[in-house]
Amino acid sequence: MIEVRDAVKNFTIRSSGVRTRVTAVDGISFTVGAGEFVGYLGPNGAGKSTTIKMLTGILTASSGSVRVAGLDPSRQRTTLARRIGVVFGQRTTLWWDLPLRDSLTLIRHLYKVESRVHRARLDELTELLGLGPFLGTPVRQLSLGQRMRGDLTAALLHAPPLLVLDEPTIGLDVVSKATVRDFLQRLNAEQGTTILLTTHDLGDIERLCDRVMIIDHGRLAYDGDLDTLRTTVDAERVLIVDLERASPPIRIDGVETVRVEGPRQWLTIPRGLNAAAVVAAVARRHEVRDIALREPDIEDVVTRLYLR
Amino acid sequence: MVRTYGLLAWTWMRAAAQHPVSMSLITVGVIVSTGLDLAAIAIIFARTRELAGFSVAEVMFLYGTAGTSFAVADILIGTVEGLGDHIKHGSLDAILVRPVSPLIQLATEEFSPRRIGKLVPPVTVLALVLPRLHLAWTLGRIVMVPVMLLSGAVIFGALWVLTASLQFLITDSREAMNAVTYGGGTLTPYPLTVFGKDFVRGLTFMIPLAFVNWEPALYILGHPDPLGLPAAVRFASPAVAAVLCLLAARAWRSGLRHYRSTGS
Repeated sequence: MIEVRDAVKNFTIRSSGVRTRVTAVDGISFTVGAGEFVGYLGPNGAGKSTTIKMLTGILTASSGSVRVAGLDPSRQRTTLARRIGVVFGQRTTLWWDLPLRDSLTLIRHLYKVESRVHRARLDELTELLGLGPFLGTPVRQLSLGQRMRGDLTAALLHAPPLLVLDEPTIGLDVVSKATVRDFLQRLNAEQGTTILLTTHDLGDIERLCDRVMIIDHGRLAYDGDLDTLRTTVDAERVLIVDLERASPPIRIDGVETVRVEGPRQWLTIPRGLNAAAVVAAVARRHEVRDIALREPDIEDVVTRLYLR
Repeated sequence: MVRTYGLLAWTWMRAAAQHPVSMSLITVGVIVSTGLDLAAIAIIFARTRELAGFSVAEVMFLYGTAGTSFAVADILIGTVEGLGDHIKHGSLDAILVRPVSPLIQLATEEFSPRRIGKLVPPVTVLALVLPRLHLAWTLGRIVMVPVMLLSGAVIFGALWVLTASLQFLITDSREAMNAVTYGGGTLTPYPLTVFGKDFVRGLTFMIPLAFVNWEPALYILGHPDPLGLPAAVRFASPAVAAVLCLLAARAWRSGLRHYRSTGS
């Protein structure tokens, strides 16, 4: 579905007369197969948006090759537009002053979707995303969550096999976020839509993506599944132990007690050490009221990766 | 292309019709300002006899033809001026991921019936003045009227696109910044767009006016050319229009290419 080889994007920035060349994307290669749900992560300015813009044909790569849905995005931008859906979380593709329904009608004409097909698809999306109550409301009066659902609908009316999302959950409240995530999951699972998701919200990635790509300084720092990512960066698991009474720090070989707060203690278990053995050792030597093992969350993992 | 334009314009009009109050207020506004225009013309008509060797009717004919051409171009494509704002707000990206030429999307933007209002003063003047020209309406003269109106509209439209294309170039450094820093946040003031607007206006009126209606009007009115240019120039409008169209298309395409490869 997506094939990127050695893609490079340079910009020349002129500020107060000085020209500086900035390499936003510095030779990345990856492929995304049909039906995949891929998370694309990276700190600000790492090259995420530039990649998305190259994939959608908004920007032309300085060198390297980019192919999306069998097309060259930079040369066949308008043809490609019919085969992909794009959502920018930070700005709407809808028209501010038009009621949502009119925006969607305009989209129908732009994509030349047949009226009957459009109605069926709109009904389906209206139900899935709960658009009913605000279809007649001008876009500028919609809440961020409603607008995002409208944008998703607009991107999917022509039933594209590939959906590219740039920060779709940014600024959304918990409920809207959950609606959007559930919807994306169903779209991927039931209709087989390939989804590339750029996000800062690691919860999105943990909930949705089978595969994660991390870009840093314009280069791919990681491409693989989440579990492997966790082991790759060797993030520690944390054992939280509630003792019967406050005690001095627990001492176990290979395990570090990082924090003590009354009867509660935090122990970090490095990869390669059996957590069950550690739990057993703690239980043998101390009177334990409760015990919990926390997997490293993706935030720790990614931070570690960026720091390397 | 024409079909897409029509569909989009129609959808925008229907959308505008959904706010009847604001639409009728705007329509009233257009009618009032149009009426003032017409009154001013009537006053000139009533008080003057001759301007620089041209009768008042002939001057009004010049105004009517140029005005009609300009209004047609303005109605059909005037909103491409908004390109700079779209670049500034990042909404051009949304336009570029749709499967329709960005030019058509910009031209149909907020298409509303009130745009037609711009046609009223020049067309009224033209309708009033044509029977008063006291000309022998030969076939050549009759054909020349629609030809000059059409060529004029195309020339104005091409100039509009040409100057809008400049806005692609003006933005490079900031757009590059945006692309790198996932921008959108920086709504820096943008004096060049404002400058661009006046520039468009100036350019659209000054340079092509000769071919939009001066030269063909000389033919229709049977006046000798005060500058003594060869007679062929009087029929050059369609050629000028075609050349300007080609130039505009090239400028637009290279502007778009520049935007999409900013700085590389």
